[in-house]
Amino acid sequence: MAGGHRADFKNPVVKWVDERLPIFTMVKAEYGVFPTPKNFNYFWNFGAIAMVMLTIMIVTGITLAMHYAAHNAHAFDSVERIMRDVNYGWLIRYVHANGASFFFVAVYIHIFRGMYYGSYKRPRELLWMFGVLIFLLMMGTAFMGYVLPWGQMSFWGAQVITNFFSAIPLVGEGIVEWLRGGFSIANPTLNRFFALHYLLPFVIVGVVVLHVWALHVTGSNNPLGIDVKGPQDTVPFNPYYTIKDTFGLIVFLAIYAIFVFFLPNTLGHPDNYIPANPLVTPAHIVPEWYFLPFYAILRAFTFGVNIYIALGLLCAAFAMWPIFAAKDKNEINFKMVSIAFAVAGLFCLLGYFSQYELASGDMALALPASAAFVSAKLCGVLAMFGAVAILFVLPFLDSHPVRSAVFRPWFKIAVLLLVADFFVLMLCGAKPAEGFWVPLSQVAMLYYMAFFIVVIPLLSKIEPVADLPDSIHQAVTGNHKSSVSS
Amino acid sequence: MTTSEKPENEEKSSRRDFLYLTAASMGAVAIGSVAWPLVDQMNPAKDTLALASTEVDLTPVEAGQAITVMWRGAPVFIRHRTTEEIMEARKVDVAELRDPQTDEERVKKEQWLVMVGICTHLGCVPLGQKPSDVKGEYGGWFCPCHGSHYDTSGRIRKGPAPKNLVVPEYEFTTDTTVRIG
Repeated sequence: MAGGHRADFKNPVVKWVDERLPIFTMVKAEYGVFPTPKNFNYFWNFGAIAMVMLTIMIVTGITLAMHYAAHNAHAFDSVERIMRDVNYGWLIRYVHANGASFFFVAVYIHIFRGMYYGSYKRPRELLWMFGVLIFLLMMGTAFMGYVLPWGQMSFWGAQVITNFFSAIPLVGEGIVEWLRGGFSIANPTLNRFFALHYLLPFVIVGVVVLHVWALHVTGSNNPLGIDVKGPQDTVPFNPYYTIKDTFGLIVFLAIYAIFVFFLPNTLGHPDNYIPANPLVTPAHIVPEWYFLPFYAILRAFTFGVNIYIALGLLCAAFAMWPIFAAKDKNEINFKMVSIAFAVAGLFCLLGYFSQYELASGDMALALPASAAFVSAKLCGVLAMFGAVAILFVLPFLDSHPVRSAVFRPWFKIAVLLLVADFFVLMLCGAKPAEGFWVPLSQVAMLYYMAFFIVVIPLLSKIEPVADLPDSIHQAVTGNHKSSVSS
Repeated sequence: MTTSEKPENEEKSSRRDFLYLTAASMGAVAIGSVAWPLVDQMNPAKDTLALASTEVDLTPVEAGQAITVMWRGAPVFIRHRTTEEIMEARKVDVAELRDPQTDEERVKKEQWLVMVGICTHLGCVPLGQKPSDVKGEYGGWFCPCHGSHYDTSGRIRKGPAPKNLVVPEYEFTTDTTVRIG
């Protein structure tokens, strides 16, 4: 852009700078006159809100780091000192701690928006993938940040999470020692987590730049999910969306402030105000709420992959193959697919009940060779990481030509069910892994996985393609033909 | 390009390729040798490794009692087992176990059971050391995090943990002193 077009600025200083580094031209083009679909709803606020949350987290984080001591003998006390003695330390820490929760609230709504309105689809696949990468980095950052106060939940959370890697065959134990810098969670672990917790937010800023850059190449999606056809479909970003974003932001910040000032510990755990003790495990180790669905997926695996489940998965792959390969639904032999799925389900049930231990200690179903060769623990860990990783390939699993759920009634049901499923998993993750909660988390886990691996590819081929409005302008001005019918 | 020119060109480009490949592999070795210290610094440091063994006097521990000692930053359970507990641990059919091990393989002296007190599922500390603790359905240890039950030999019997509680390297330096590590 070095020699490119320059906007015309009246202020001589701005003009002088802009001729040498066209930063004012860029801001004007990308945030001033940037043509933006005119039919955004409030779901489109959450990208900007997430960006403000990131800024709040970095500013409060840097100030907290000025008072925090990253040493296992001093960390807990230094946090208490921040709370009691440092001027406004309590405020800055509560803004930071609750800020993590509200950052995740904004990002989860932002991700839902992307899924519901099909923003992940062509041509925004890479934009979506940068977003998933940001989400992954946020999870790592949040986890390491939670370890820093060195309370009981900090310590045991770190213990459980680093232990995930011991599920990897052969090299697992070595990786765990390498991550911890010792044989257990100790001072070296705390030190490196602090260093990385300070670093990762700036990496997130870098990926956010790429995310926004990619957004400004393709332009924003919109609730109708149809392309912008011309100037009649758009309004300039400023003042229309700067004002709308500011309004949404203020509402969001008001709710956030209620938590900071009146409910500052509601989203946390009382156990984390007990200093870390390697000899006593808290009765109930629970991660922060934003990790609960993934924690539930981890714990849903009370069973591993044995020969029956392996056969079931093979049948399921056999059932899915024609669906992936077909160009449209006429090429799919639904009878064959149904039979293959029924057989797959039967094998999986056999595999599950042959590993289901009754109160008597016997298996519910005594079958030969029912021992799992991929352990329950490894399955749980793989599924948990897989639950995030699968988001990366979502754009390639969904080949349906229509973006927005507004014109995809079947997809709409599936994606809203996924939202409900996510909350069920969140609830299961918060409850002890016993009784009724175990099978519930297993069913919820199954739908989460099936949504991406079965439902989305299947709907891509069988859901009718609706008649779409000719343009955003035509749709929002009301003279459009009935378009939802298929 | 005609066929007659081809061999000459190929020879030229393959010499160039050789130089590229050598330069690239030397570069890779150079980057690797710089990267390794940066990776290895995260492994346990010398002072951490130096604390790798610990000695325990067992004289005050009566039959039926258990003590917990710290070793490598982790709790080690030492239980002075009663005759009934030993009997119970030995009458189990080993073939039925998830992680088959006889009780004899897990102890050096039958009354002393020495194990790392970390659940093999996700690293919590199981209950069962104090008389008031829940000991699980097999009278050994019970992990409160995800409900693993261990028997009087520390073997996994029920719940999500894949392995028996780990027996560390240890030896009896005298009849009543044990060195772990």
